[in-house]
Amino acid sequence: MKTPASLKNKIAIVGVGESDIGKVPNMTGLGLNAQAAKRALDESGLKVSDIDGVLTAYSFTEPYFMLGSVLCEYLGVKPRFNASVVSGGASPAVMLKHAAEAIASGQAETILVCAGENRATGLTRDAALSALLAVGHPYFEQPYGGSIPGYYAMIAQRHMHVYGTKREQLAHVAVNTRAHALRHPNAHMKRAITLEQVLEAKPIADPLGMLDCCLISDAGGAFIVTSAERARDLKSKPVYLQGIGEYHTHEHLMCAPSLTEFGATESGKTAYQMAGLGPQDVDVAQLYDCFTIVPIIELEELGFVKPGEGGAFFAEGHARIGGKLPVNTHGGMLSHAHAGAAGGLFGIVEAVRQLRGGLGERQVQGAEVALVHNEGGILSSHCTLILANDKG
Amino acid sequence: MEQNTLPTPVANADSKPYWDAARERRLVIRKCKACSQLHFMPRHLCPQCWSDQLEWVDAKGTGTVHSFTVVRRASDPAFTALVPYVVALIELEEGPRMMANILGADALEVKIGDRVKVTFEDRGDGALLPQFQRA
Ligand SMILES: [Zn+2]
Repeated sequence: MKTPASLKNKIAIVGVGESDIGKVPNMTGLGLNAQAAKRALDESGLKVSDIDGVLTAYSFTEPYFMLGSVLCEYLGVKPRFNASVVSGGASPAVMLKHAAEAIASGQAETILVCAGENRATGLTRDAALSALLAVGHPYFEQPYGGSIPGYYAMIAQRHMHVYGTKREQLAHVAVNTRAHALRHPNAHMKRAITLEQVLEAKPIADPLGMLDCCLISDAGGAFIVTSAERARDLKSKPVYLQGIGEYHTHEHLMCAPSLTEFGATESGKTAYQMAGLGPQDVDVAQLYDCFTIVPIIELEELGFVKPGEGGAFFAEGHARIGGKLPVNTHGGMLSHAHAGAAGGLFGIVEAVRQLRGGLGERQVQGAEVALVHNEGGILSSHCTLILANDKG
Repeated sequence: MEQNTLPTPVANADSKPYWDAARERRLVIRKCKACSQLHFMPRHLCPQCWSDQLEWVDAKGTGTVHSFTVVRRASDPAFTALVPYVVALIELEEGPRMMANILGADALEVKIGDRVKVTFEDRGDGALLPQFQRA
């Protein structure tokens, strides 16, 4: 296969925004997107008329046909470049890649990337869980009563079987990310949790309990991407894309080539190669964490630790702010917010903020290079990106 | 357990022979005539070599538990009354993996690597769903 053309230093993220997060019953999903978009645009100092491209993902609570067009209509934007990307949780990183490609090839100059839904209050909890059933194969998985937590639980069991990963190590991921969320003013979760509380939480699908599973939030997130050239004279400190790569191996768990080797290795390799960087150069990582097993696997596949060592890395505290590699400094999807594609998008928002600096007790000191990994489906679709606050 | 509330197999053009065979208590999988590769999820062409010359072959109906979970909170309300129950990925003797429940009195004691054999669960109107039990 041919190496993808480099997108290094071609584009920058110049504004990021989060909507109000948690239970926000007075707002629609589109409203949450609009609020996040407005905050991102304000931060960049650009005007609405500067936006000539818009990318969004999907919504379970407001399942419009042509969501990309619907969002533009709602925002009053008439772009030359627009699409709805449906790669599940990988969508935000994939959207950044599409945005970078469009800007690098001159199809657009300034693109709004936006996602989110009112998943906490726009659907009952049971309706939200039922809607997510659609991730299972309709004919060969759903008749067996599987669930998204159940599919990830099978991956966790296999990891524990092959590598000896411990139940307690999974729980440490949840405790770790909650501690970070408490340092974030807009995180959905506001109370500390202990290891015992994670281990004793309501069981969902062995070995995963309630606190091993991501939140269901009302939330929208957005970022503004523009050319590196245009970014220079804007009011915010630009954060440059250094490398980005995708890899897709399956959708349904029954078709996964392996339960211990996924596509993050390949997506990471492409991103590192483009950036000319390796795991040792990364100062902070925002890893998709829909379930506690997932960031453990991603740490391993992205080369931060050897296969089987991800659990111990979390348990030993290396993923904490101040540790060897702080992971999910905003609190991740386990404690900051999860609302459809917005979950992974907040990893990008947080990476940008860490690279700009000035986050107080949440700041990773001296952060210059950040890695973000998004995955969608059942570890099916992967996209890794590397950002830096300097062109390097 | 109210069997008729559980999902009934839905056959389509790709899978009708699979579900017809299940009604005869046979587990069948796809085999490519060009490259001999076996696969589980039925489709129009071989995912290995894209040949459209495929046949159905009888699987032995034995395999091992590749992984599993005990579901303690069902997402699908039809399964709420069944918790705790086991959902597993079975690696068939022939190689391909498929999803199924582990049924039987000792189902909750299942471990990765356990040998299992196919059984068929009545889902109403003569429709049978391939399932597994510990061998
Ligand atoms: Zn073939």
